[in-house]
Order: sequence, then C-alpha cells, then structure tokens
Amino acid sequence: MVHLTAEEKALVTGLWGKVKVDEFGGEALGRLLVVYPWTQRFFDSFGDLSSADAVMGNPKVKAHGAKVLQSMGDGIKNLDNLKGTFSKLSELHCDKLHVDPENFRLLGNVLVCVLARHFGKDFTPAAQAAFQKVVVGVANALAAKYH
Amino acid sequence: MVLSATDKANVKTFWGKLGGHGGEYGGEALDRMFQAHPTTKTYFPHFDLNPGSAQVKGHGKKVADALTTAVNNLDDVPGALSALSDLHAHKLRVDPVNFKLLSHCLLVTLALHHPADFTPAVHASLDKFLATVATVLTSKYR
Repeated sequence: MVHLTAEEKALVTGLWGKVKVDEFGGEALGRLLVVYPWTQRFFDSFGDLSSADAVMGNPKVKAHGAKVLQSMGDGIKNLDNLKGTFSKLSELHCDKLHVDPENFRLLGNVLVCVLARHFGKDFTPAAQAAFQKVVVGVANALAAKYH
Repeated sequence: MVLSATDKANVKTFWGKLGGHGGEYGGEALDRMFQAHPTTKTYFPHFDLNPGSAQVKGHGKKVADALTTAVNNLDDVPGALSALSDLHAHKLRVDPVNFKLLSHCLLVTLALHHPADFTPAVHASLDKFLATVATVLTSKYR
C-alpha cells in the first residue's frame, strides 16, 4: 500500500499529465539497460544493445519502454489499489519472465532521473519525494505475487 | 566494479561543466534525500533540516568538495578519500544503504540542472563513480 497525502497525489497526477509516456518510457528503459547493463539479460531478442547509442535508438527498446510506462500510468490512476492493478503483471514477471524484483527498483529510480531531466526545477524535492513513494509502491506491487 | 578510461573521462568532463555550482548541488541533493528518504534524517538530529537551512547548505558544500577531490584523483580514490573513509568507519558509521540514497539524489540533482550533458553514457559513468566513492567510504567498516 502506498500512502500519499492529498498534496502528493496532486503533485504526481499534475506532473504525470505532462509526461510524454512513449518518449519517457523508451528513455527510462534505455537508460536502465545502459546504466545497469546486466539488466540486458532479459532482452536477448531485442537485437543490437552493444552501445549506449544502439540501446537508445533500438526500436524494440523504445516500444517496450512505452508499454512499461503506460502500465505505470495505470498505477498512477489507481494509487489506492496498486496490488490489484499489478496483480496479473506480478504473476507474469515471476512465473513467465523470471525477473528479480530488484530490477523494478532500479527502473523506478532511473525513471525518477528521467523525470528530473525533463522537468528541471518543476521536479521539486516534494515532487521527487512523492514519485519515490509511487515507484516503490509499484515495485512492491509487482513483487507481491512472487513465490 | 572498475572505472574505465571512458568513465573517468566522462566524469571529469561533466564535473568540469558544473560551473562552481557543486556546493549548491550538494545542498540540494541532501535536501532531496531528507525529503524523499526521511530515515536519512536520523543522522542529523543536530541540524536544522528545513529546506534552505544554512547547515544543510554548508554540509552540501563539504560533500561536493569531497566529490571534487575524488574527481581530481580518479586513479586513486581510496588514497584521496582515506581520511574520510576513516571518519565514516570510526565516527560517523552511516549505514551503507544510505550512500545509495544520497548517490541517487545527486544523480537527480545533476540531471535536473544539466539535462543535455546528462546523457545515458554519462549517467552510467556518474553512477559508477558515486558507487566507487561509496565503496571507499564504507571500506573500513569491518
């Protein structure tokens, strides 16, 4: 369960309205693969990931990043029920994809860096604090069905 | 984890572009850390931690200066930060998990103020650099 104050919810939904979900998603996933290269282990079928430029320009990375961030957007619309929202995805990531939940934490923090990069001063410490709660909540929800 | 020649070049070049704002960024990173990760405040009961606090700004400058020392000695970070390493091990004893939290907030601050220079490759090198510093500062803990 994630506990955001009313102000925090407003900060999150306000900023999210300005997020270019497809673009930011591609950038976040790309940066995850560049900054933490061991995360590439899940993406053998994605083709050329041999350099930062190759990763960032890779169409499969962009497409998958967009998908991931759209999903995050669903979470933001349902902050009071993240576990329910991500229940099926949690099962998928455990049973079929075999992804260590630590990766969700890494991606969450990379996303926070991407938001900072794009929003500059609008990404105030209070906004960051609110988003840190959201990304932790989403990561925990995605890990909830692991066994 | 070892800093490659490219990592070192990336870090030096990026750091050179901070334009004297390093101290200010250090303070902002601490501020962000205290707000996003309130458990970190437990190490500063003697500080005024309200945003804009002079103590936080002063401490931010200390942190930034230490990082600059590391940047200027990338071939021997353990040597350059040896005294700070002793301090953290024997006096401050900040739990190692907190270095990741501050490192993350430093990256956020740098990304925010230098969006164009904070490329994915530079982001990777900076993350490695901060992890290296954290390892050095906790290296004498036990």
